[in-house]
Amino acid sequence: MHVLALDTTTEACSVALIVDATAEGRGGRLRERFEIAPRRHAELVLPMVGSVLAEAGLALRDVDAIAFGRGPGAFTGVRLAIAIAQGLALGADRPVVPVSTLATLAQGAVARRVAPGDRVLALIDARMGEVYAGAFAVDDEGLVRPLGDERVLPPGVVAAPDGPFVAVGSGWDAHRDVLLASWGRSPVADDGDALPRAGDLARLAARELAAGRAQDAARARPVYLRDKVALTVDEQVAARALGSG
Amino acid sequence: MRVLGLETSCDETGVAVYDTAPGRGLLAHALHSQTALHLAYGGVVPELASRDHVERLVPLIRRTLDEAGLGVADLDGVAYTAGPGLVGALLVGAGLGRALAFALGKPAIGVHHMEGHLLAPLMEPDPPGPPFVALLVSGGHTMLLEVAAIGRYRLLGETLDDAAGEAFDKTAKLMGLPYPGGPAIARLAAGGRPDRFTFPRPMTDRPGLDFSFSGLKTQVLLAWQRHRDEPDAAADIARAFEEAATETLAIKCRRALAETGARTLVVAGGVGANRRLRERLASAARADGFRLAFPRPEFCTDNGAMIAFAGALRLAAGLADDAPLHVRARWPLESLPALPAG
Repeated sequence: MHVLALDTTTEACSVALIVDATAEGRGGRLRERFEIAPRRHAELVLPMVGSVLAEAGLALRDVDAIAFGRGPGAFTGVRLAIAIAQGLALGADRPVVPVSTLATLAQGAVARRVAPGDRVLALIDARMGEVYAGAFAVDDEGLVRPLGDERVLPPGVVAAPDGPFVAVGSGWDAHRDVLLASWGRSPVADDGDALPRAGDLARLAARELAAGRAQDAARARPVYLRDKVALTVDEQVAARALGSG
Repeated sequence: MRVLGLETSCDETGVAVYDTAPGRGLLAHALHSQTALHLAYGGVVPELASRDHVERLVPLIRRTLDEAGLGVADLDGVAYTAGPGLVGALLVGAGLGRALAFALGKPAIGVHHMEGHLLAPLMEPDPPGPPFVALLVSGGHTMLLEVAAIGRYRLLGETLDDAAGEAFDKTAKLMGLPYPGGPAIARLAAGGRPDRFTFPRPMTDRPGLDFSFSGLKTQVLLAWQRHRDEPDAAADIARAFEEAATETLAIKCRRALAETGARTLVVAGGVGANRRLRERLASAARADGFRLAFPRPEFCTDNGAMIAFAGALRLAAGLADDAPLHVRARWPLESLPALPAG
């Protein structure tokens, strides 16, 4: 199977095309474009798509699905990823595969620094004193699987996975001291500069696609985790009363 | 040329297909308004607006294409609002629209939201043509433009503070009426007396075509504080406010027509749906002998049809947008390229 993947949920913008992948996201040939380009994702992402397709000699209609980073991450970037994926999917009449940004980040750690049996804790800085957190195990195929729900929470209450684990992401980088103090132990390896890459996303998406979990573009949803983003008029009044009381 | 139009600049998700072939025109359109979503917040919350566009857009596109009896492959181009507006909201329609055009191998164009509004009356039967004066009047804008040709716009005047629609909304809010305030004020005003209160017509006593509505709002506040417990105060104040706001707009429109020598006035934007404004301008048109053109009321407020139409005119003239995808919170209308003559 062929999968096109794109991610714009962090300061990195990346697109990948995996050709002739197995159901385990293995084999085939992976082409990837990756650039750290804050605020330039909108202009970069479609030219990157065109570039990987041209290099592989494929048309968009030749891919079996369009995978995208569905969050959590920067709200605007999460929405750009789904909007681009939906537009491509509508135009090429293909399904989409939403993939967790935290899983993508964890998958990157597997490729680079995880020993068999280790777990991965992916943390993305969510600002406002919180992180997006997801813990993952690594299966026999070398693909990550979630150990629980992804959450947004203060770093001081993020639980460490049982046993040896690797910590990655901007949330680890920003809150390392608080996390270490609350755990009382250290990860066996870490990478605070790690960013999600579409190549890792494409491998996870190949597994989802093989398992029949591709979706129609209209049904795909972004995942923000932080869902309370504004106060209603009643809540504003209550907050003011509290503040002046 | 069949063009899909996508509008997501604020709190309405609009989709339409316009066909430039003779006798075709607007083939289908669909709109989802987020008014109910933002009601509890007392105004538009940009993040919630953006989130809602993501969920609405694909189903609305499918519905519109079904109504037009078309598949995506039948489209010759895609137009999307590229600004001005809420950047996060704009990116949803622009990203999806541009990616769709990319997938289809068809041209795309980023449309200026206000050009969409000011050309909307040209979708109606027997459309007026340039040169004309356009009054764009909504919750976000109040401006007078000289339209020498499609794409050639000169700003004649604009508001120095609140937009006219904003003045309606703020007046409604201070009198405890629900959001959005414009229609609520108009309903209340219909039962009010025009002569109990008199509010100033701001900036009409001096030359120029600029507007100012924030002082008017303050006058309303003072009257409301003094008289709120008296019978019919709300309706009478709403009526006096509506009289002042609409007469101010009408005075400046007549002045703009006199200064430019244009014989046609085009009115667009949400406040263009206000019945009292339409009455006043109609009687001015009779008195002064100019032609008056409005879009149908549903196309006064934000919609996808005007974006499909403005985009179709530009794409049909060969003005596709090949530059990298880019949306803008601010975008001067005068910086648009004019359509090639002919």
